[in-house]
Amino acid sequence: MRKKKNWKLEILGVLLGILWLLPFYLMFVNSFKTKKEIFTDVTSPPEQWSFDNYITAFQELDFLQTLFNSLLITVSSVVLIIISSAMAAYALSRAKSRISTILFFMFVAAMLIPFQSVMIPLVTVFGQFEMLNRGGLIFMYIGFGASLSIFLYHGALNNIPKSLDEAARIDGANRWQVFWHIIFPMLKPITVTVAILNIIWIWNDYLLPSLVINKTGSETIPLKMFFFFGEYTKQWHLALAGLTLAILPVIIFYFFAQRSIIKGVSDGAIK
Amino acid sequence: MRTKDFAYWLFLAPVLIALTLVVVVPMLLGVYYSFTSWNGITTGEFVGFQNYIDLLKDERFLDSLWFTTKFSVVSVILINFIGLSLALIVTSRIKSSNLLRTTFFMPNLIGGLILGFIWQFIFIKVFASVGEMVGMESLQVWLSTTETGFWGLVILMSWQMAGYIMVIYIAYLQGLPKELLEASEIDGASSFQRFRYIVFPLVAPAFTVSMFLTLSNTFKLYDQNLSLTGGGPYNSTEMVAMEIFNTAFVQNTFAYAQAKAIIFFVIVAIVALFQVYWNKRREVEM
Repeated sequence: MRKKKNWKLEILGVLLGILWLLPFYLMFVNSFKTKKEIFTDVTSPPEQWSFDNYITAFQELDFLQTLFNSLLITVSSVVLIIISSAMAAYALSRAKSRISTILFFMFVAAMLIPFQSVMIPLVTVFGQFEMLNRGGLIFMYIGFGASLSIFLYHGALNNIPKSLDEAARIDGANRWQVFWHIIFPMLKPITVTVAILNIIWIWNDYLLPSLVINKTGSETIPLKMFFFFGEYTKQWHLALAGLTLAILPVIIFYFFAQRSIIKGVSDGAIK
Repeated sequence: MRTKDFAYWLFLAPVLIALTLVVVVPMLLGVYYSFTSWNGITTGEFVGFQNYIDLLKDERFLDSLWFTTKFSVVSVILINFIGLSLALIVTSRIKSSNLLRTTFFMPNLIGGLILGFIWQFIFIKVFASVGEMVGMESLQVWLSTTETGFWGLVILMSWQMAGYIMVIYIAYLQGLPKELLEASEIDGASSFQRFRYIVFPLVAPAFTVSMFLTLSNTFKLYDQNLSLTGGGPYNSTEMVAMEIFNTAFVQNTFAYAQAKAIIFFVIVAIVALFQVYWNKRREVEM
């Protein structure tokens, strides 16, 4: 009896899986068609697998430059978030006092503030200091990313006994060394979680870069994709080739790191 | 390490500086600006509660608030229902379990902006051509009416977030004590009874997390709204986040938009705090 039930569930699961992939399939097959072919038939594979649309989209998106911008901004922001949040969480977890409690509460409370509530003053203030550029954007990501990252690191640090720090201190290490050589390596699992959550968010973020980056050549993938789509709004064959190109890096990343990604997201949500 | 140590403040400094300049200062400035007639160029004068009084009579704002509320309620229910169902399917002993998890989760890695564009193609071109084939006219007007725009957004968000919520439910489902389930099976409990009396109560904490995540994601939605419907037709599918953006950067009424943004913050904060409180209480009772 058990076997039969699982067999039904298996079919249901696979059907749902196909349904889930259908939008990607349709995007993919139509991205190879001509404008006319999409007009007459959207569901079947293309008559000819032509890369013409891709060549146009690749050039129009300035793909290599755009990809580089996204990589530069995501990697720098995530590395700096990890370093600064881990250090802050370490200080808060090791010095238990009213000040630490208040600061920790402040970090957690900041998570409740929607981006729209600070967006207008943020852009004006940073504009006055000529900080509306890639550097300013990375700095903003540290501010917005710190809360959740500190929260996650804080939880993990509370499980590492203080006696470990003290033993290392007696052996002559200073606080900097204790943290970077002993404590930080022990935080590796949570560092992976922090990194993955921040990578997914920053890589895909559209609104903040759209407000901060206003120089041609500095755009990230979502930002460039928005302009590209606006330009080719009635030319689905080009738009779809652009969309496929835009998600390609993510699919490659997912293919190699799916286990850590799903684990990271799950750990991050539960803790 | 003690709070009066120099090292304590050194370790905290980078984050404190960033958070202060990026969140705290703009938030305080924002509260101040919301009481002025600031338009981004001139500071404007102090107008008291005028902006807040105006927004209570602003139909476009109130409509967007109502649309967002409806969208959030429907999406939260659907996403959690689908997410839990998917979790139950992939945690049953089936062969394709791992492959299915990977598949259902995949949309979450891709940005809302891009997903919205992909679904715009599905709704406009694919739905229309399927509608033509089977002779259903209702499929040919997707996203061009308020109704279809609403359901388009709901479908997009459910498809995207169900896999995310599934991952959370899986984590709780795998923590269930196996002995308890086996014992109930021996005692003759049906699979519905097992779900209702054992699985469901023990998975209750997952509801807190999932509801919080879905509610905050749907209520603050911007990217998908922008790329799928763009607020159209005639701003009828415009959600709060987009309404605030347009008030600020299209109409250039900064102070007024900021007052809306403060109200938005108050709603988000109240809902979040209420929900965490309510769910925590229920968990203990169950």
